Amino acid sequence: MESFKKVISIVTPLDKVNVDTDQIVPKQFLKLVQKSGFGKFLFFNWRYDEQENEKPDFVLNNPNYGNSQILVAGDNFGCGSSREHAVWALLDYGFSVIIAPSFADIFFSNCFKNGVLPITLDQKLVEKLLRETGVIEVDLENQTIKTPSDEISFEIDSYQKKILLEGLDDISLTFQYEDKILEFEKQSKVPSVL
Amino acid sequence: MNITEKILARGAGKSSVSPDDVVFAKVDKVMMHDVSGPGVIKVFDKLQKQGISVDKLWDPTKVWVAEDHFVPSAEKVSAENIVKLSKFTKQYGIEKHFKYGMGQYGICHTISHEEAMVMPGDIYVGGDSHTNTTGALGAFACGLGHTDIAYVLLNGQIWFKVPETYYFKLNGKLPEHVMAKDLILKIIGEIGTDGGAYQTMQFGGSGIDEMSVESRLTMCNMTTEAGAKNGIVEPDQKVVDYLTQRGATNMNLVKGDDNAEYSKTFEFESSEMEPTVAKPFSPENICVVREAPSVELDKCYIGSCTGAKYEDLEAAARILKGRKVKIRTEILPAAISIYQRAMENGLLKIFLDAGATVGPPTCGACCGAHMGVLAKDEICISTTNRNFPGRMGHVESQTYLASPLVAAASAVTGKITDPRDL
Repeated sequence: MESFKKVISIVTPLDKVNVDTDQIVPKQFLKLVQKSGFGKFLFFNWRYDEQENEKPDFVLNNPNYGNSQILVAGDNFGCGSSREHAVWALLDYGFSVIIAPSFADIFFSNCFKNGVLPITLDQKLVEKLLRETGVIEVDLENQTIKTPSDEISFEIDSYQKKILLEGLDDISLTFQYEDKILEFEKQSKVPSVL
Repeated sequence: MNITEKILARGAGKSSVSPDDVVFAKVDKVMMHDVSGPGVIKVFDKLQKQGISVDKLWDPTKVWVAEDHFVPSAEKVSAENIVKLSKFTKQYGIEKHFKYGMGQYGICHTISHEEAMVMPGDIYVGGDSHTNTTGALGAFACGLGHTDIAYVLLNGQIWFKVPETYYFKLNGKLPEHVMAKDLILKIIGEIGTDGGAYQTMQFGGSGIDEMSVESRLTMCNMTTEAGAKNGIVEPDQKVVDYLTQRGATNMNLVKGDDNAEYSKTFEFESSEMEPTVAKPFSPENICVVREAPSVELDKCYIGSCTGAKYEDLEAAARILKGRKVKIRTEILPAAISIYQRAMENGLLKIFLDAGATVGPPTCGACCGAHMGVLAKDEICISTTNRNFPGRMGHVESQTYLASPLVAAASAVTGKITDPRDL
């Protein structure tokens, strides 16, 4: 996984609560398992009409937000199905930071497995960010968000911060200690076949 | 400690844990299905490319695999995923792979209790959000993403933040014509779809004592719709009998201490509940059936891990016996064992005589996959668990969530109907 760097970008405002993973990636795409290429299915039913033409009023179809890497949304983002495809789609589309007042548990955890930073902020600050039109800077190292007029700090678990900064995931982190694990297993009195 | 804390403490090898502690706990059982399985295989491929050995699993006897979302395969991608899954289980020596067309199979959460895959006191994780269902057996059961499941398959452990527990005290036996589904919809309506976020939702009280194990499964299944980490019920003799009938032995019943702590307690008068539905497009958007909008329904769907257990089919059959359906009605038993009992006890005949179609076990149209998905503007009454836009098919279709009794009564009239008014 790539290490997480500073993200400097405008925000894409998605002023909706309870954005569930069925909306993030509809079920018909779940059969596919490659991690890349899911960006084109992101918010599929909100982005395209029946004939798969872009719906002009949906925020992702507004060219002003074309290069945005930061999505700001309402409460309980990522609720519903546990599909990890939801995070794959956000990341593949270009979002590496999601800011919301609250997240659904499994989605929140899935973000860290894939190098996406979910930031939980107070409702009022999120509302302010939803209206922010300028470029903002998300600095994970210092846990700050700089807007043209403000500097906001955010909380993150130190372990989750470390895995994002170093581009690790739980599995590769464990395998950093493979030598020690093997050594321990050799010393163990219980035969490993048990 | 309460039951969830006790189970997590045991798994973590600690004498006690408290909410917000992060613990590294040993997992007792792990499940994946035909959507999460191929995702896990992809994670394994990635690890292998990084030079990490994925030659063997931590313990293949603790892993079981279900085929449910896209079976029977409707097209070639799904078919290929099933082949991939079969290769994987063969390669890693996973024997508990429930294959469609080969005896017992069904929706993963249903198999978890029908086949006694999970025991009281277990730490059980699955690659599906409704893994919470199985907490009704007195286990700690929660859903994880693909990467986490891959990690558990290799290491047998994973970290958990010990959740706070909301205790729901349910007072009194549910009235006739009211089912656990009505009660859990009512609870979600009260606390909201994020009302249980990161929390344990524990159910107890005389309402639970009176409830069958299958009704408790419905309660825990839908804790996912309130955002809960897990749903749980303390195990009692009913759970022991239920699992014993399904071949289980040596159960270790974990219960909370007398001085167990809960971060919040809610009380619901279960004896006063009424048939309830959740209107589109959220499980929290509830009303009692008698105040539901007078819409013309197009379909009735009785299926899924939430609403196609044996008890659910029996409830639908009580209504459909000697009556005819007025709208398209599909009934999909959630596992072959349930299908078989339904056949032996005459339920299938009642359904067919009523004009309904009976399909094979599958997640099917509950997740909008296949087997009866909804067209634009179609309105469905369904015993499933989610009614987000497009969940069961077209993004402009509508789903009302209901109990099997309400769904069957509505199938008979073509309108959302309280079973008492038939």
